[in-house]
Amino acid sequence: MLKWTRFNIVSVTLGFAFLYLPIVLLVIFSFNESKLVTVWGGFSTKWYVSLLSNQGLLDAAWVTIRVGLLSATLATILGTMAALTLVRYTRFRGRMLFSGMIYAPLVMPDVITGLSLLLLFVAIGFDRGFWTITLAHTTLTMCFVAVVVQSRLLSFDQSIEEAAQDLGAPPVRTFFEITLPIIAPAVISGWILAFTLSLDDLVIASFTSGPGATTLPMRIYSQVRLGVTPEINAVCTILIGIVAVGVICASIVTKRREIQRQRDERAAAAGA
Amino acid sequence: MGKLTSGLYNRLVITIPYAWLLLFFLAPFFIVFRISLSTTAIAMPPYVPVFSLADGWAGLWSKIGELSFDNYAYLTEDALYINAYISSVVIAGISTFLTLLIAYPIAYGMAQAPRTIRPTLVMLVILPFWTSFLIRVYSWIAILKPEGLLNQLLLSLHIIDSPLIILNTNTAVYIGIVYSYLPFMVLPLYSALEKMDGTLIEAAQDLGCTPIRAFWRVTFPLSIPGVVAGCMLVFIPAVGEFVIPDLLGGSQTLMIGKTLWNEFNANRDWPVSSAVATILLMILVIPIVFFQNAQAKAEERGK
Repeated sequence: MLKWTRFNIVSVTLGFAFLYLPIVLLVIFSFNESKLVTVWGGFSTKWYVSLLSNQGLLDAAWVTIRVGLLSATLATILGTMAALTLVRYTRFRGRMLFSGMIYAPLVMPDVITGLSLLLLFVAIGFDRGFWTITLAHTTLTMCFVAVVVQSRLLSFDQSIEEAAQDLGAPPVRTFFEITLPIIAPAVISGWILAFTLSLDDLVIASFTSGPGATTLPMRIYSQVRLGVTPEINAVCTILIGIVAVGVICASIVTKRREIQRQRDERAAAAGA
Repeated sequence: MGKLTSGLYNRLVITIPYAWLLLFFLAPFFIVFRISLSTTAIAMPPYVPVFSLADGWAGLWSKIGELSFDNYAYLTEDALYINAYISSVVIAGISTFLTLLIAYPIAYGMAQAPRTIRPTLVMLVILPFWTSFLIRVYSWIAILKPEGLLNQLLLSLHIIDSPLIILNTNTAVYIGIVYSYLPFMVLPLYSALEKMDGTLIEAAQDLGCTPIRAFWRVTFPLSIPGVVAGCMLVFIPAVGEFVIPDLLGGSQTLMIGKTLWNEFNANRDWPVSSAVATILLMILVIPIVFFQNAQAKAEERGK
């Protein structure tokens, strides 16, 4: 029998301390009265109040949210199709190239992706701004969605789909009525992943944006270069809060569904 | 009728994402390569196009003779670029090794944890990955500064007499990479270790193996797929990393991602930055193909 020994407990605890301590410190110092981020001067929420009057930051946040919503939605549609292709159509010409194009962006350094997309947009004469950032983010994040949905599709009993089709359901209807409800949790977590990746990205957005469109990370980056301020800590804390709430909600939804499914299965088994 | 629509459906499901990736992922690399062969100009866009579709095939052939490899020659002449490539690979390699050293005990501990708390532990590893990369790197500035939190702590405990200079050195870059990429290493290691059959270790120990020997002879070899996947996930993006060396590194920290960024944004030299990107891509092609094969194998096993 494997044991949860003291060594294991210590290494996991230290690992999590390392992962979380910097973020916790950042959040604590966003409530610092003092302008210095490293000296505690008492509790205050004044940096949050001052954010509300920082128009540049608010504009950037709005651009980021719009880019995120649009690109995550596009990426979810494309990524789900890509996942279906990867799992269901194992043999077609150019499949190797296709799976290569799905996996390569996952590890490709951002500077290369950003530069190459910018040069594409210039070459085809596309005006840089909101739309180019959205297209760039869609391309990057659809690959992450594809991987998340693919892993769900792999553990999926295909005979249900075949049954539906044998009973005369056209493929589109089979997808929406059978496949999609089953893979829905993976599709939703793919969307959330795509949205947060888009929210996060600095490098690709900087390369592909134009004069009119500045995203929040670009704004934060330009302020960070001038020095660390509690105001930035406040922005970061809000972002961390949004992501944490989103992820926790998503995991509760998935868990509920899982429990519901197990209950249904048990009920079905008892009935039979 | 049913056959027809289903054929159309299949074709659309394959074609749409395929065409999207060809246009927005693959085609741009050819454009980068094309521009890397052109010469710089003071114009917008700031380069003289080498060849365009308008010239037709005849024009294309006549222009091939005029292709300029000057940008590549320039990269090899200037030691700055060569040093930046070498130091990026070295920094990424050292950081990957350090990440592996730190991630292994964490993943091992997680895999041995009671089954009921494992999903929570996995969730806790993934959670920081969802918070902004930029924010996580930024959070280290306040810790590592000369008057920062780490030095305050060490000084007040009388472990050191004068503040350690960590920020704006390569050490800070290592810390930043290890910290930012740790979840990418822990997760594949965990999934390899979690699947392992515990009775194998027992058998080894029953046969007289010491626990340490059992680890090196049984556990570690079985976790190799996880080690490989984790190292690729850390090493490849780390070579081209820009944010970490820019915010945490110093003026002496040479990394190619930063060089490319400066070449592009400060010097506005598009052909040279394209050449820098092309060579970086060539350096990374081998590990990327390696990573894809590992992924494809994992996909096969999943079936």
